[in-house]
This record gives sequence, C-alpha cells and structure tokens, in this order.
Amino acid sequence: MNKTVKIGRKILSANEEYAQRNRELLKQKNLPCLNFISSPGSGKTTLLCKTINDVKDKLRIGVIEGDIETDIDAEKIRATAAPVIQINTEGACHLAAAQIARGLNALPLDKLDMVCIENVGNLVCPSAFELGETAKIALLSVPEGDDKPAKYPALFAKAHALLITKADLLELGPQIQFDMEKVIQDVRKINKNIRIFPVSATTGKGMSDWYQWLVEFATAVDR
Amino acid sequence: MHEAAIAQSMFEIISEQARKYNAKPVKARITCGTFHTVNDELLSEAYQAIARDTQCAGTEFEIEHKPILAKCRKCDRKFEFHLDNPACTECSSDDFELLPDEPLILEEIEFQTE
Repeated sequence: MNKTVKIGRKILSANEEYAQRNRELLKQKNLPCLNFISSPGSGKTTLLCKTINDVKDKLRIGVIEGDIETDIDAEKIRATAAPVIQINTEGACHLAAAQIARGLNALPLDKLDMVCIENVGNLVCPSAFELGETAKIALLSVPEGDDKPAKYPALFAKAHALLITKADLLELGPQIQFDMEKVIQDVRKINKNIRIFPVSATTGKGMSDWYQWLVEFATAVDR
Repeated sequence: MHEAAIAQSMFEIISEQARKYNAKPVKARITCGTFHTVNDELLSEAYQAIARDTQCAGTEFEIEHKPILAKCRKCDRKFEFHLDNPACTECSSDDFELLPDEPLILEEIEFQTE
C-alpha cells in the first residue's frame, strides 16, 4: 500500500508572494502599474513610446521592459527619456513577479506617476503569472486576425482594457480581413467591463481616447 | 511554454516532501483553473526533465482542470462558464462577471512505501 499525503499548497506561491510585495510597494508609493500583454509584433513598444511622449506633461511613466534576449526595446523606450529597466528572461516566455521586484527597485519610483510593464511577447503564458500590477492591458493588432479573443480567452477575460492596434490598416481595403464587431462581441462575452480602443500609433488615430482613459485611470482614487 | 516554470516550482515542493517523508513520490494530484492554460503533457515532460536522476523521477500527474465560474448579475447565482454558451445557466442572462481563476494547487502526493 502506498501512502498518500495531503499537501494543499499553491504551486506558484513563491511568485504570488513577490506579486503581493510588489502590490504593497506600489500602493505605498501610490503608483498605478499596467502590465501590457500581447503577441510579438503587435506594437507594444511603439504604442508605449508614443504614449510616453504624448502624455509626458500629465504622467511621468517608468518602464520595465521584458524580453527573452537583447535590449532593443529598452533602447527605443530610452530614446523617449523615460526611465527604463530591461529584464532579460533568458528563454522564459513570461515575466515573473521576482523580476518585477528587481525592476521596481531600480526605477526612480518617487519621480514617477505610473509604471508600465512590457511583458514578453506571448498571448498565452504571461496572463498566468500575476506580477502585482494594478491592471492588465491587452493588445491585438489588426494583422493578427479577429479570431484571437475566441482562441485565447484567458488574457482577454482578465484585461482592463484592449487596444486594437494598427487600426490604420483597416482602411487599406479588402486585403485586410478583420471584423471589428466580431472582436468586440467575442471580448464582451467574456469581459463585460473591458474598455476597447481601436488605435494607430503611426497615424495617431484613436490615441486621444486611450490617453484620456490612461490619465483618468492613473489619477483615480479607487482604481 | 510556461509549464517549465510551473514544473520547477512543483519539483521544489515535491522533492522537499520526498525528503521529509524519505520516500519516492509516485503520483501527485493537482488542481488548476482553466485560465492557467496548462498543458498536461508539457508539464509532465518538463517535470521529468528537471527530476531526472533524483528520487522524484517518474512521478505521475493527475491534473484536474477546474472550470471557470461566473456570477450572474441578474439572479446572483454562480454557474460554470462555457465559451460556446456564455450565459447564466439559471436565468439565461448574459450579464455576468467571471470569477477569478482557481489557483494551481498541489493537492496530494502518493509515496511508495516499502
């Protein structure tokens, strides 16, 4: 007869402890923290650079940049003059809360109004790891296709806001097959309260609505 | 492939328990919320790679995926959420909120006894 032992332990408890510590630190500093999650190439870095520049009079944003290798994205953020910490996951497909703890420690938190985390480009794994963020922001670019919320519901169910990026491509005509209504309908099925912003960081279209939400979110008392 | 990170944490807990009971873990029962998107086969493969040449090698896994629960805003009832029919199973309302995903829990370990 084998012996069965009851354990009842959270497997990701170490990550959760770090996430909780991050949450407490952010609360103590009164800093909102957004975790940007999407597939590679959906435009997270471009959106962040444009956003940082356009809202700099209202919000001082610091960035924790997650990538498997390289500091290509951090260099782009650095060009905006925003403080940025690059984290290389060295193969891992998502950021972990301990890495965010190191990132927060290295950022000048007292001189910031908001922290943005750019997670590793991946539509599945990052949404399973809490970082202590205030909210998750999902990006879906038009070229990826309108079936993604139905195929990868976990992220879209958890996100506070969805940015439909590269929306300028919708004007190209019939070679772009993307049904905006379908996306909105699929996302609303699993997340009634999510805010959806079709945007183009290249043409600037739709960005002002996103900025307005962002500033309101950052200054809200009960966020 | 976040299964590798999960397998590493699992291995740490299981090997600690194996030392504590001084026995070989042959089976582990795990429960996991659906939105953790854990693939059973990948999780097991990652674990076996980490556990190779230790007394934890070969642990079998029984993974129970817990459904997503939702709470109806109209009738206040809790129900199992399914993507193909996203509505309250009691009153058919589509006004509901998804409840947080169940955490990943190592429920129990079966050890080999002499």
